[in-house]
Amino acid sequence: MVKWNRSVCLSLVCLAALLLASCTPAAAPQATAPTAAARAEAKVGEAFAIGVLVASTGGAAALGEPERDAARLVQSQLEAQGGIIGAAGLRHPIKVVIYDTGSTADTAITLAKKLINDDKVVAIVGGTTSPESLALVPIVQEAKIPFISAASSSQIVEPVADRFWVFKTAQNNRHTAPQQVEYAKAKGLTKIANLYVNNSYGEDGRNAIRDATKAAGVEIVIEETFEAADTNMMAQLTKVKASSAQAVLVTAIPPAAAILTKQYRELGLKIPLIQNHGIGMKSFITQAGPENAEGVLFPMGKLVAAQALPDNDPQKAVLLNFIKEYEAFTKNPTSTFAGHVWDGMQLTLKALEKMPTGLKLEEQRAKIRDSIENTKAFPGTGGIFNLSAQDHVGLSANDIVLVKIADGNWVYMPREKW
Amino acid sequence: MSKHWPPRRQTSRVLETLEVLRQNQAFRVLETLKVLRKVSRNALAFLTFALVVGTLPLWLHSPYLLSTAIFIGIFTIVTLGLCLLMGYAGQVSLGHAAFWGIGAYTSAILTVKLGVSPWLAMIIGVAVTSGVAYLIAIPIFRLREHYLAMATLGLGIIVTLAFGEFRELTGGPSGLPGVPRLTVGSFIFDGDVEYYYLVWGVVLLLIGLSLNIVNSRVGRALRALHASEAAAASIGVDASRLKLQVLVLSAAYASVAGSLYVHYMQFVSPHAFDFGVSVRLVVMAAVGGLASVWGAPFGAAAVMLVTVLLREALPLVIPNASGEHITIFYGLVLILIMIFMPEGLTRGVIESFRRNARS
Amino acid sequence: MPNYDLSNYLQFILSGLSTGSIYVLVALGVVTIYSVTGIVNLAQGEYCMLGAMLAVTFIRWGLPLGLAAAAAIIGVTAIGVLIERLTVQPARSASSITLIMITVGVSIVVRGVALLAWGTAPFSLPAFTKGPPLDVLGAAVSLQRLWILGTAVVTLLLLYFLLERTLLGKAVRACAINRQAAGLMGIAASQMSALVFALSAALGAVGGIVIAPLMLASYDMGLMLGLKGFVAAVIGGLTSLPGAVIGGLLLGVIESLGAGLISSGFKDAIAFLVLLLVIFARSGRFPNRLGRRPARAGELAGRGARPTETRP
Repeated sequence: MVKWNRSVCLSLVCLAALLLASCTPAAAPQATAPTAAARAEAKVGEAFAIGVLVASTGGAAALGEPERDAARLVQSQLEAQGGIIGAAGLRHPIKVVIYDTGSTADTAITLAKKLINDDKVVAIVGGTTSPESLALVPIVQEAKIPFISAASSSQIVEPVADRFWVFKTAQNNRHTAPQQVEYAKAKGLTKIANLYVNNSYGEDGRNAIRDATKAAGVEIVIEETFEAADTNMMAQLTKVKASSAQAVLVTAIPPAAAILTKQYRELGLKIPLIQNHGIGMKSFITQAGPENAEGVLFPMGKLVAAQALPDNDPQKAVLLNFIKEYEAFTKNPTSTFAGHVWDGMQLTLKALEKMPTGLKLEEQRAKIRDSIENTKAFPGTGGIFNLSAQDHVGLSANDIVLVKIADGNWVYMPREKW
Repeated sequence: MSKHWPPRRQTSRVLETLEVLRQNQAFRVLETLKVLRKVSRNALAFLTFALVVGTLPLWLHSPYLLSTAIFIGIFTIVTLGLCLLMGYAGQVSLGHAAFWGIGAYTSAILTVKLGVSPWLAMIIGVAVTSGVAYLIAIPIFRLREHYLAMATLGLGIIVTLAFGEFRELTGGPSGLPGVPRLTVGSFIFDGDVEYYYLVWGVVLLLIGLSLNIVNSRVGRALRALHASEAAAASIGVDASRLKLQVLVLSAAYASVAGSLYVHYMQFVSPHAFDFGVSVRLVVMAAVGGLASVWGAPFGAAAVMLVTVLLREALPLVIPNASGEHITIFYGLVLILIMIFMPEGLTRGVIESFRRNARS
Repeated sequence: MPNYDLSNYLQFILSGLSTGSIYVLVALGVVTIYSVTGIVNLAQGEYCMLGAMLAVTFIRWGLPLGLAAAAAIIGVTAIGVLIERLTVQPARSASSITLIMITVGVSIVVRGVALLAWGTAPFSLPAFTKGPPLDVLGAAVSLQRLWILGTAVVTLLLLYFLLERTLLGKAVRACAINRQAAGLMGIAASQMSALVFALSAALGAVGGIVIAPLMLASYDMGLMLGLKGFVAAVIGGLTSLPGAVIGGLLLGVIESLGAGLISSGFKDAIAFLVLLLVIFARSGRFPNRLGRRPARAGELAGRGARPTETRP
């Protein structure tokens, strides 16, 4: 039986106070009042729902949390505008339904069924990790609903014949790895070390680097891995130091990437450190420490270098806008992962705008899928999307730029500067 | 028995012995009646349970909840083995998800890479998992208490890491997609309703089997073992053999659950069997009631339904409640259940009914 | 495998020692709680996390490093006592499995609250002393690692002083030896329980703060730390403080050497394999430093072994 006494009761009161004090949601959507003008203008059509499945808790929360915040940003913008204007000139309210998968694939499956059957969404965006997205593939294929994944594994959209309903907005490592290798080759560094984080994201990158080095005639002299939650990579880096590698290529995300960078400098490794788009967030520099991050190079979508892009770049306005709105909404710096979900939702919204009214739910989903598949020249945060029946990602190597960290800031490195 | 009696005077000794025999008779009759009542009570409980489970899909029209029910069934199968192991044989296992994973991966690899029939793969999976359990049982059961728990923890983690490392075989951290469905002749188990009946059919079968074991001589020997190994050994219970058998059985259960799991998800990845999942299984067993076969289904259902309920209820109370809030409340509920109903839900609920009935 | 020279081996060992010191700090907390109350505290790593996160927050509020660290340690100690009063006290007569489940629940709640309060982004703490890493025969040792080693040593000395030379410490040791006898001598079990939780929380907080500059503070850093620290404690015998030190350092070095000489992918597997070897080699017969067999959780805490109900 419970033995109640004064100290227990007192502690309960303290705890209640603590919990209440800390239970402020991290990012409460600040829904601005819908403008009366927008309301009065168009007649109201049917409401649509978009489903978002992200891992805001669990092992992948570091990726899922910004993804969820991006979804909430879109949600608050839609609430402010009162929805979208559809093909027939009607205003359609949009509901964004966000569920947390806890980074587990089986929860993702049950929640997907909830979105499909109970919430009756027209599309699903998310699937933070590759295992979650891969587990969702049979579900969305069977339910015939478009799914735009934010995860990295190429298996999510390949083979395309079996992925009719599945799309992906995350840059393939296939596009960023060649830039990493190209830079090394351009600098005359033909022996490299291939470091990667031990999960599907890192594996994908490692394989992409393997393919790129084969094509470029560069040799991988050592491959090492580390866990995403590891805090000590000294052993792996010591091995690299003792090897004949002339440059180190890394596929990882913070905090592992930041810790690795710190320990890289601690060990006194002088050879170039070329990471990948996983570190495309300003907080990487603060985490690793500006003096340690100095000189790190990495390729990524133009999000990171938005300021430095020439004004006629079609992505610049989109990017700057996204950065501004995201940081105002969440008080956090942007990240590529937030961008992936944002791109997925924008693709869906664009498809909704083109969709004729009066369709049944299954027809709506099919129409949206067709629209998404035929999207051309759409500027998103990840790049310019040109999708097709054979390419359910739609990004290309042109969307990637090389960036160098200097003086605690990102410096755009066009090829001339290499 | 008379040997242990303190020496008495001759005359009263005969009288006392007669009195003891008479009491013994009554005692034996009462015991038989109790056993019969228990058996019929168990049978009644089983039938009621089977009825509820069997009719669930008829009135549960949400695929989301049906899907959740399928997962509850799969978790129940694993937890059943764990309850037998922890509650009856008294051996703590903090790595049980590894057995589940071995069964799952065996099924997945055989069906995806070698095209083996899913049922055959399931049987091979059971054989492999039982084999692994057999091999580790001998060294492991020499350990006591927390060393046993740590050893199971270590083994569980090593197995999970192996799943991620042997990439050519297991697909690595990204997992192995494309696992086929279970089929019987031309009938494919691809709808949720069919799969629900398949899984819960297996659950009922295994619950029946477990109840049988627990109420048999073997079950009594297990209980004696749990209470005191030395005493059990003194009355002829072969402790190590019994513990081995229970471990192998629980591993076999977990393997079946693993096969059912992959053929439902059509996918497998190492993350689904890591340390956190092993802890979750122990939570399910503890919440349901360790030393109770019924603890498995109720514990699994309770733990999964808490999250479902919180997902529905929390946004009504806390605006913009999201995964973090659900996690926090899930932890709080767990703590509260462990404080107020340490014997587990099944026992706790029964006890509170009894108390109310008595007062 | 590349060709290694002395400086590489030295590097493996030195970095292993510094990681090991962190495991030592966590393991000390685990052992303290276990030997006095019989509870296996699976939430130990969360105290490290809270210490680091609170220190980061206080520094952001403008406090200087020393004050922020002190405030964080006091805060985490208070939280540790709170947790003990709320979750352990009401259930102190329960079985050890129930108590383990409660600590699991506590770690879930603490992590969830941390996630809510701080989000997922990792925070960095400035190194305690700025400067380039030292060169020891070709191996690099950053100054923060020296801080970690130093803190571990100082903490051990303080702990030794507390337990061997003060009356309070003697009371704690008495409780560890035999709770009932200690109770007869007037040592209140529940006060001791709160005290060791406070002590472990403080130890954890110190560990978290001192590694944050090196390894970043994030809401889930406690998970692996707690697990590894627990492994270190078990290697050392679970009731022995010197054992915890040896276990922690051993674990750190073996991990490092395993990653360097065998394979980095199997680094964690190697650590657990070592754990298994140690456990099997001992077969649970290793006495604690007082020469007794490690008693069952129930006995130590003074609870009679509660017969588990075995009705189906």
